[in-house]
Amino acid sequence: MTVYAQPGQAGALAEYRSRYDHWINGEYVAPSSGEYFENVSPVNGKVFCEVARGNAADIDKALDAAHAAAPAFGKTSPAERALMLNKIADRMEANLEEIAVAETWENGKPVRECLVADIPLAIDHFRYFAGVIRAQEGSMGELNHDTVSYQFHEPLGVVGQIIPWNFPILMAAWKIAPALAAGNAIVLKPAEQTPVSILYVMEMIADILPPGVLNIVNGFGVETGKPLASSRRIAKIAFTGETTTGRLIMQYAADNIIPVTLELGGKSPNVFYRDIADHDDAFYDKCLEGFTMFALNSGEVCTCPSRALIDAPIYDQFLGDALKRTQAVKQGNPLDTDTMIGAQCSNDQMEKILSYIDIGKQEGAKLLTGGERTDLGGDLTDGYYVEPTVFEGQNSMRLFQEEIFGPVLAVTKFDGHDNAMEIANDTLYGLGAGVWTRNINTAYRAGRTIQAGRVWTNNYHDYPAHAAFGGYKSSGIGRENHLMMLKHYQQTKNLLVNYNESKLGFF
Amino acid sequence: MKPNRVEFTETAMDLMRKLSKRHGAGLMFHQSGGCCDGSAPMCYTAGEFRTGGSDVLLGELEVDEIPGKIQFWMSAEQFEYWKHTHLTIDAVPGRGSGFSLEAPEGMRFLTRSRMYTDDEWLQLKDEPVPTGLEVNA
Repeated sequence: MTVYAQPGQAGALAEYRSRYDHWINGEYVAPSSGEYFENVSPVNGKVFCEVARGNAADIDKALDAAHAAAPAFGKTSPAERALMLNKIADRMEANLEEIAVAETWENGKPVRECLVADIPLAIDHFRYFAGVIRAQEGSMGELNHDTVSYQFHEPLGVVGQIIPWNFPILMAAWKIAPALAAGNAIVLKPAEQTPVSILYVMEMIADILPPGVLNIVNGFGVETGKPLASSRRIAKIAFTGETTTGRLIMQYAADNIIPVTLELGGKSPNVFYRDIADHDDAFYDKCLEGFTMFALNSGEVCTCPSRALIDAPIYDQFLGDALKRTQAVKQGNPLDTDTMIGAQCSNDQMEKILSYIDIGKQEGAKLLTGGERTDLGGDLTDGYYVEPTVFEGQNSMRLFQEEIFGPVLAVTKFDGHDNAMEIANDTLYGLGAGVWTRNINTAYRAGRTIQAGRVWTNNYHDYPAHAAFGGYKSSGIGRENHLMMLKHYQQTKNLLVNYNESKLGFF
Repeated sequence: MKPNRVEFTETAMDLMRKLSKRHGAGLMFHQSGGCCDGSAPMCYTAGEFRTGGSDVLLGELEVDEIPGKIQFWMSAEQFEYWKHTHLTIDAVPGRGSGFSLEAPEGMRFLTRSRMYTDDEWLQLKDEPVPTGLEVNA
């Protein structure tokens, strides 16, 4: 095991500045208001730096820089852009451990997740889009002997991106990589809960990108995100967040007639069929881990498998084993590589989770384990820790219907495949789902029946590049993580060419 | 008198007065669902969020010093799962997100919920909630 020193203490691998400005046109630029807001580490609940409080004037300044950079950047060759993306990946890889510590300090997640998931996935994401942009081709149709239709891909120009706080670097990479690959300039607004870990990376890669191609403006949603999303000077807006803000962003986009991509959360079912318990083997053990995946990233994942549906004949046995696995989850200092669950990202997030635990009890759901805030004592006593919590109840309960975005699992029983599918699909959302079975036919039918953009089959919470990710129903529009995302950042130019010298004869 | 479906705590109303003064406008709420900042009540200046046939109005409340009535909205499909619970809008220290107005104040609106009593439920269960199409007509 390793326990990393906290940034600010002797021997720390990652050090934050005491103050962060906006990143505009390749350099730090002070906020036009002169105001800053405090950035708290959820690990200990204490302020560790202050961050520029952006406003519409700052967004305008960033848009100026992006518009100045976009024409030349849009004309770079795919090979040049791929090289930049590969260099970003290499730079991040060379500093992986440092970035991981920085991210944990700002977000509160266990550092082992940053080390083996968040940051390696972000690195690979840049490499993936470096690859696909080289291989992308337009299309051509020979309409008749003399007429040819050519489809070219062109960048949109300047795009706006609003990033969530649960994976402050990976979610940024998901949006930045395809946008840059396609040749766009970006104005990016991080979440106000995690404003600086992406700036930490930005500083590292600053020399790789031309100034103005990637601009980062921090601040509060209403003061910074709104002027970005409603600007007439963006050609597209990408957002990951919740439904009401997603709708508001679509309303702004409607005013400006620009496309949106939205990733808006879920209430993902994790379905365990009876045959998983046919043998007490490695696969059964894997299923128990699959159940416990609700605690990954402290449950702060849009695809958190927050509803476990268990086949009636194995319900008692599997739930009993799974509760033991849940109780073995080690909560502690997020900078300790042995820690399995860290802090919730913010105080209000923790409050919200506790309010859901309260409503769960009121609704008559049965608390099976957890249910309390954890006090880790010492320096971490004011951090935002919640125990992994499991409730048993009915799918109609609010606990089963609302995304809590915390380590709270709602468990229920199903009776046969049709009932499983009925419960799985009885939700407003359709982002992720899990299916666990030894029978390939059951797996296939369940996967095709569940109304969700991603159905993990005998695995969960894997997010590799080249597997399309996005939502059905109220979970959003668009597919990230895949080359199809390129098209969400590209305009189509059609040249319709006639090679015949003779006139039509109309005039 | 029929029981209400939604109410505000004193702390929430103090924060709302502050926001209303700052923006020189009335306020509205739309209860969000899902993801990072979801399941939070989003506060906007009145009319900022366009409601329609897919939204229902849970209540219109008057708060001293704030012009107009404060409408509290939710998506109709979400309400199907929420209709058996009474909502109290509170404010806690924290950092709101989305485009909700309170974020810069270091406070966050929070929805606290309780089950209706049997008596309340008897009065409310068949009481229709108007959609945005009806209210805005």
